[in-house]
Amino acid sequence: MFLKVSLYISLVIFLVGLIYKVSTWFRYKIGIGAEEISTSTRFFSALKGILSTLFSVKIFTFMKVLILDVLLQFRILREDFLRWVMHIFIYGGFMLLLLMHALDQYITVAIWKDYYSTVNPFMFLRNLFGVLVIVGVLIAIYRRFILKVPRLFSNAMDIYAILIVAVIMLSGFFLEASKMVAYSDYKRMVDEYSGLSDPEELKSLEAYWVKEFGTVSPNLKAPFDEKILAKGKELHESSCAGCHVRPQWAFTSYGVAKIIRPIGVSIDKAHLPVLLWYIHLLACFLGLAYLPFSKMFHIFASSVSLLANGVIGKEKLAPANRATLQAMELDACTHCGTCSLRCSVIMAFEEISNRNIFPSEKIASIKWLASGKTLSPQTFRLIQEGVYLCSNCYRCTVVCPAGINLQDLWFNIRETLLQKGYPEFLLLSPLSFYRGLMKEETVLKDYEKPLIQAREAILAQCDLMKRKDKVLPLAPTNRTLQSGLNLSAQAKTFSVCFGCQTCTTVCPVVGNYENPQEALGLLPHQIMHAAGLGLRDLAFGSNMLWDCLTCYQCQEQCPQGVHVTDVLYELKNLAVKQVKEKTL
Amino acid sequence: MMEFALFLGCTIPARLNQYESSSRAVLERLGVGLVDIREFNCCGYPLRNIDFKAFLLSSVRNLALAEKKNLNVMTLCKCCYGSLKKADYLMKENAPLKREVNATLGKEGLKYEGRTEVKHLLSVLHKEIGIEAIKGKMAATFKRLRIATHYGCHALRPSQVVEFDNPVAPSLFDQLVEATGAESMDWAMKLECCGAPLWGVNDRLSMDLTFKKLTDGKKSGADYVCVACPYCHLQFDKVQKMILSQRNVNHPLPSILYPQLLGLSLGLDRETLGLETNEIPITGIEELLAKETESKEQLESGEKTESNKE
Repeated sequence: MFLKVSLYISLVIFLVGLIYKVSTWFRYKIGIGAEEISTSTRFFSALKGILSTLFSVKIFTFMKVLILDVLLQFRILREDFLRWVMHIFIYGGFMLLLLMHALDQYITVAIWKDYYSTVNPFMFLRNLFGVLVIVGVLIAIYRRFILKVPRLFSNAMDIYAILIVAVIMLSGFFLEASKMVAYSDYKRMVDEYSGLSDPEELKSLEAYWVKEFGTVSPNLKAPFDEKILAKGKELHESSCAGCHVRPQWAFTSYGVAKIIRPIGVSIDKAHLPVLLWYIHLLACFLGLAYLPFSKMFHIFASSVSLLANGVIGKEKLAPANRATLQAMELDACTHCGTCSLRCSVIMAFEEISNRNIFPSEKIASIKWLASGKTLSPQTFRLIQEGVYLCSNCYRCTVVCPAGINLQDLWFNIRETLLQKGYPEFLLLSPLSFYRGLMKEETVLKDYEKPLIQAREAILAQCDLMKRKDKVLPLAPTNRTLQSGLNLSAQAKTFSVCFGCQTCTTVCPVVGNYENPQEALGLLPHQIMHAAGLGLRDLAFGSNMLWDCLTCYQCQEQCPQGVHVTDVLYELKNLAVKQVKEKTL
Repeated sequence: MMEFALFLGCTIPARLNQYESSSRAVLERLGVGLVDIREFNCCGYPLRNIDFKAFLLSSVRNLALAEKKNLNVMTLCKCCYGSLKKADYLMKENAPLKREVNATLGKEGLKYEGRTEVKHLLSVLHKEIGIEAIKGKMAATFKRLRIATHYGCHALRPSQVVEFDNPVAPSLFDQLVEATGAESMDWAMKLECCGAPLWGVNDRLSMDLTFKKLTDGKKSGADYVCVACPYCHLQFDKVQKMILSQRNVNHPLPSILYPQLLGLSLGLDRETLGLETNEIPITGIEELLAKETESKEQLESGEKTESNKE
């Protein structure tokens, strides 16, 4: 009764959770234009998309993805063989146990009419599948905690997933083992199935089971008389063997039983089989109820993601479907870390310690964002920086075992974040090249705004630039700027500048303007001069700094060997560092 | 056999597959072996504006990975080339910096001693294989094809670091282009920047510079601008297309990637060279391709008619 109630409760929680989670796929507002699309539009648009796919030639792609990527998981195999073994063992073993063992009364019985859990091949297979899962879990633990796969982060969700599977499996094996040694279980079987009543016969059978199968009897102890054993064997074959193969076939549990045999009597007295039965089932129920809210939800979401992205391919999605797809993809992520392992810009993390640089960690932050939680400006800006620090190489998307179109997710999120108005200085780097290329493909409202904001935020820190009269007070040279330009020895060279203006003359950016000073502020030779005088505000606040092409014409032509372009690079670094320190 | 670790960088695999496929095909034909190192990461170029050390670490990690396999690196991108060269230069010049970088790389068991040589596709073709050897493999040459070569800033400058060619009067690329039978045009803005570094940062300025340069190339009489860098190419291809539609100009100077040009005269098939994948069509170039024997004849007769005119 208690178990039945627990089962139904967990089933209800599971179903409600499933519906709730799937509903977020249609509710969460992700990316450009998502705010304006209603949940029902998204739902019907998705429905239409799915139906039109299923009744078109795309069904073949669908089937192919289903078999190769969802069932056989070729995408993981391509990435890492050990990981594929791990996953296929856990998932394959667990699914087979679920279908053949947990749901045996519905599925196994329907297929094999004479099914008994105590006969072969079921007894053996159950153990085999269980061992597969255990081996898989051991590989998972090995990868995370011993091998320490680079950039594979373990969060609470990951540990819980390993834990729940381990508890279900171990309790199952211990349950079966404890039943093997427990006398009362033996007694129950004899009472129910053997039909024997003669005490001598019962004694012989018991002796045989104690000797052969490791039942721990409180009454009988080896050695036994050969005759009794022979009689017992005969009785076993006539009364038991028909529906109970030798327990040795359950090889793992039998091994465990062997170990716990010395305390067999106490195990039975303490009703351990009953206790383990409860643990085993409750762990399953708990796993079921918690599934939609845990990492294990990827069983559904990753499959959907693989199938959806498989049939979508390179096709451009309608905004409504794109938003739905991306909300779903957040659930499809298993936090496996493949993307972070292959990420191109990951070395940046060594200098800019922001976890959001790692694709696998960005997803977690984006989940927070999508769920509508209020984030502090600092957190928000860290996410923004992490999402922008991306060379758009698509590698994450290519390798993702769940088939998530991460690249598009980053792009979409990036744009919505940038529109919120917090300055992002990474915009002022060639990382923006991609954004420029994409501006026509995606409707980018206020494309220029974030670029202007980043420059303005830097300018706002430059007090000298605000002086209306453009007259500088007479002050001693500030040496701190000079000593700050120490990233590479090249920058120091500005001190030999003698003001010939060659750098400015050859600069193609300067040459582009009728009135360069108006457009650019200080010109290259003036920036060299300002650096010498320690006038950081004038250097940082000049558009010239951010409009530098880094074409190295100035540096190549400088008669004094000033590394003009390298100095400009370092000034940019310093300006960004300063503004980040002051505003973050 | 000559062998290099192929450094593709970020842009080519994501946005310019034809550059990769054509380069691989050309190099295979010329007997250059390529090794792919999957662990390669971004060269660090886009990070230099923001964080010098992030740039340096990214760059040196690649050099260390190649060094571990005793391979030299070949890049297809001028910006990757410039970055890796710069990083290599700094590792050799600046001992404290080298120690610092190696300490960080050491966390994953890597270390850079300074043994990896960095080459660009063009320098491999010119210096390692040689113009004569390339000419020996030609299946056909171009006739009456006028090409404006674009060198790319980060390969040429700073010359002290990149050691690509003479920074003021380079000829390496022109020789390679002329090996295909094309004429390399003289143009005033040949050594100027393509404008790509500012694309996405200051689009108007970027477009101004690109437009000016391409207009000059067009004025020189060139039919195509030839490049060997993904940034330059995207700027001259996709961005040029945007400029043309925005500024109502109808006469593009299409950009062709050098391995596409060379591949055609080596007789490689147009699918592999990805001729159809450029945004501004370049397929007209195939008509200028003549079989080695007939082209010589026609060239001679062409010269005659020209001298007659004079």
